[in-house]
Amino acid sequence: MSGSTIIFYMLAALTLVSGLFAVGTRQIFRAAIFLLFSLIGVAGLYFWMQYEFIAAVQIVVYVGGITVLIIFSIFLTQQTGEKMPKQKLGRQIFSALAAFCGFALIMLQVYQHTFTFTGSLNLIVDPNVQNIGNQMLGVNNGGYALPFEVVSMLLLAALIGCILIAAPSNSPKRGELPHSNPKSETT
Amino acid sequence: MMQPGLYHILFISTALFFIGVFGFLTRKNLITILMSVELILNSVNLNFIAFNKYLWPEKLDGLFFTIFIIAIAAAEAAVAIAIIINLYRSHHSIDVDNAEELKY
Repeated sequence: MSGSTIIFYMLAALTLVSGLFAVGTRQIFRAAIFLLFSLIGVAGLYFWMQYEFIAAVQIVVYVGGITVLIIFSIFLTQQTGEKMPKQKLGRQIFSALAAFCGFALIMLQVYQHTFTFTGSLNLIVDPNVQNIGNQMLGVNNGGYALPFEVVSMLLLAALIGCILIAAPSNSPKRGELPHSNPKSETT
Repeated sequence: MMQPGLYHILFISTALFFIGVFGFLTRKNLITILMSVELILNSVNLNFIAFNKYLWPEKLDGLFFTIFIIAIAAAEAAVAIAIIINLYRSHHSIDVDNAEELKY
């Protein structure tokens, strides 16, 4: 048993155990922290598979961005230290049964299927930043320039939508622009 | 124990997916439901990367799908949290049981 194998099993255990605690604990702040460790475990698995760029993106976006956003919203909407109410036992049992049956079904299908390696070993593309960037912004066959632009428009729309949804929409604030429409100030 | 390969990664990603499904079914707080959705999206990303590494290493398509899923998940989380904050402002609670005006 090599060191790589040991590291793989440790990362797998970290990911799954923290994921279980993240959906199981009744304190919402602890759930967020366990989610953080689970996402770090997934990033470690990307490192283990030697996809370093994706691992870095995972750490920056998920661990640094989304988890902080979730903790921020927990502080905005929740009284800290208060436990969430307990779920009904029947609902929990039903959910666990449904999840386990789905898991068993998928794993049965996966283990019965033999995945065949169809590529050629001497054409392996190294997933480094240079290859990723060349293909991401390429307009030739296999380039991803159009989805890249679509995603940038989506991010812009999400940005404006977040501001519109979350901004308070009642009386105008003191710091409003002097050139704003006078009709909107009367409403 | 044998050398970990594609099947091990698939086991982890399936387990993570159904952990997320379990959380999605049992939780009532909107923020924890959002956390479960994040777990599900992460398991899908892990699947894409594993297939890209072990079955088609001469292309980078799985990696690009993962990058786009991460970008869209970030946008989705931001919009969801904006909606949650707005809901808290109008209902003073973020349980899904309390937002039931459209139910009847």
